[in-house]
Amino acid sequence: MGDIVFDIAHMLAGGLVLVSFMLLYQDRLYALLNIYALHALMLTLSVAWQAFSQAAPHLYVTAAIALVFKAIVIPVALHRIIQRLGIHREIETVVGVGPTMLAGMGLVALSLVVILPVTPEGDPLAREDLAFALSVVLLGLLVMVTRRNAVSQVVGFMSLENGLVLAATGAKGMPLVVEISVAFSILIAFIVIGVFLFRIRERFDTVDIGALDDFRGERR
Amino acid sequence: MTGGAFDALAAILLIPIAAAAVLALLPGYRVTSRLNVAACLLTMLAALSLFVTDRPEPGQYLLVDDLNIVFIVLNTFVGFTTSVFSASYIAHELETGRLTPTYLRFYHAMYQIMMFGMNLAFVSNNIGLMWVAVELATLTTVLMVGIYRTHEALEAAWKYFILGSVGIALALFGTILVYMTARPVMGEGNDAMVWTLLIGRAAEFDPALLNVAFVFLLLGYGTKVGLAPLHAWLPDAHAEGPTPISAVLSGLLLNVALYAVLRFKILLAASPQAIAPGPLMVTMGLTSLVFASFMLYRRRDIKRMFAYSSIEHMGIIAFAFGMGGPLANFAGLLHMVMHSLTKSAIFYAVGHIAQVKGTQKIADIRGLTESHPGLGWGLVVGVVAIAGLPPLGIFMSEFLVVTSTFARQPLLAIPLVFGLLVGFGALLLRLGGLAFGEPSGGLGKSHASYAPMYAHLALVLAAGVYLPPPLVSWFQHVARLLG
Repeated sequence: MGDIVFDIAHMLAGGLVLVSFMLLYQDRLYALLNIYALHALMLTLSVAWQAFSQAAPHLYVTAAIALVFKAIVIPVALHRIIQRLGIHREIETVVGVGPTMLAGMGLVALSLVVILPVTPEGDPLAREDLAFALSVVLLGLLVMVTRRNAVSQVVGFMSLENGLVLAATGAKGMPLVVEISVAFSILIAFIVIGVFLFRIRERFDTVDIGALDDFRGERR
Repeated sequence: MTGGAFDALAAILLIPIAAAAVLALLPGYRVTSRLNVAACLLTMLAALSLFVTDRPEPGQYLLVDDLNIVFIVLNTFVGFTTSVFSASYIAHELETGRLTPTYLRFYHAMYQIMMFGMNLAFVSNNIGLMWVAVELATLTTVLMVGIYRTHEALEAAWKYFILGSVGIALALFGTILVYMTARPVMGEGNDAMVWTLLIGRAAEFDPALLNVAFVFLLLGYGTKVGLAPLHAWLPDAHAEGPTPISAVLSGLLLNVALYAVLRFKILLAASPQAIAPGPLMVTMGLTSLVFASFMLYRRRDIKRMFAYSSIEHMGIIAFAFGMGGPLANFAGLLHMVMHSLTKSAIFYAVGHIAQVKGTQKIADIRGLTESHPGLGWGLVVGVVAIAGLPPLGIFMSEFLVVTSTFARQPLLAIPLVFGLLVGFGALLLRLGGLAFGEPSGGLGKSHASYAPMYAHLALVLAAGVYLPPPLVSWFQHVARLLG
């Protein structure tokens, strides 16, 4: 495997981590969705490059799913849902941008510290891919905990899932990758439908998860 | 006879799928609820036939061995009794208009798909397939938790969904890591995900990567077991969904996730250089036990209270399996079976109680033994059993857990016994108010059948008094497998 092959894979996976950081500081829902579409696009490129460099044609299917479903269909659908819901464009964050970014850097450092020493030296591609993938997963979790709004939590979950797909495609020759990415797409479709269900329930007047904090089922 | 065994294995998976398709199409509550019961009965018979027929060779995807057969039989049995309970419960929900016939059709189809997902998780020999099956079972229960479409039900379903998805995602990352660990040894492709092949060569795996993988798997599947601090979804999901679903959540779905953790624990144990998985499970188990015991005191909703009790007992089970060794594993297995039977019986009782009283608030339910003796005494026996009083089965399994802990790690026994006593006090305190005193609330008659509840309680009582030797030796054998 030539150096250039490795460098490009490295660059694309690193790009995914960078876009994850961009997700962290968006304070408007539409911008968040656009960045998520970019995230999915990076994933598509990364997976397609893995398919090419591993000579694994079935991974092109995963790349196609990422492109059509995650980069186009889901962002467009969420755009329309936000429009119909007329929910506030501003996202309420629990923590400020500064501490969030610092926490994000800490998480990336953590995943490098965890993954690099334990993976075999002989396979640098899989090794660094895995470290990047764990970073994306942890950053996705960070997005989920720092946002109070249901749509942005969904976006956080979807970026987390992109990290998982990156890890699965980086693991050379892993079976069931396509099936797992299809299963995840179904899961995400369910979540989006769930957000939509929130809307059609007329008694529901907010998609703000903060409202859930009031609810413990313990009211008299 | 391998053909026969294969057929039984196929039947366990195919009957629920076929039944789900039929139930989704058929209208009418009487036919569909009976069909649901019949499908569950057939699945259970197929599962029981696994005992007598020869086992098929473990394949690339499916496997029957001494460990999972216990889980499958328990799963299909509780699935069957819950379907009987569900038939009478759902009739009442239709009368009061909480469910419409369309939703009922959906409910029955989902029930069968959930049974399929859980059975598939138990028989899968492929760690990827196991993950998909657990995800399927989770998704169907999410949909059923939200089926009443009230404000609270949708919020509970949403919370369950988000936390469950995060758990699932972490478990998948762990699964990928296991594959990456196995790949240099087993080569690329499907072989590196087949459990029976992995276990044979686990000693050659890179221990460091396997350790990281196990942490992710424990956190991921542990979320679904409801271990603290990842339990937040569990009380809401139990309290707001239909009670049959609370019964299967507590009695079965938690076991599915626990089974996944156990499979990976065995894998880790086969690799001598890897960390011992026990202390991690012991810590999470103890935390869950003590935390949930204290939370029991502040509950005002009856279903929520028993949901916390489920966290407590899953903590005890995780603790026992984490301790390891033949005696603690035996106690863990026994406790798991007893908890499934008792907790689902309690939820059957609670379901009928909530229906006749028209409320789930503990403060509004009093004097059940006077107003509804059948239900009230059933609840009393169930709660006494779950609190761990002799002569019922849970007393015996808890006793075994405690004695094996005292023998090996006396210091750990202190928080264990403390947690057990705190939970015991909370349950008996609440039981007094619920069961005795001046009756309050609705006094209407319940037309429901109490047979499933009494059947479970009878089994728990029988197990507490006398365990048949074949069962004991079977459990001992499985306990040795668990290491």
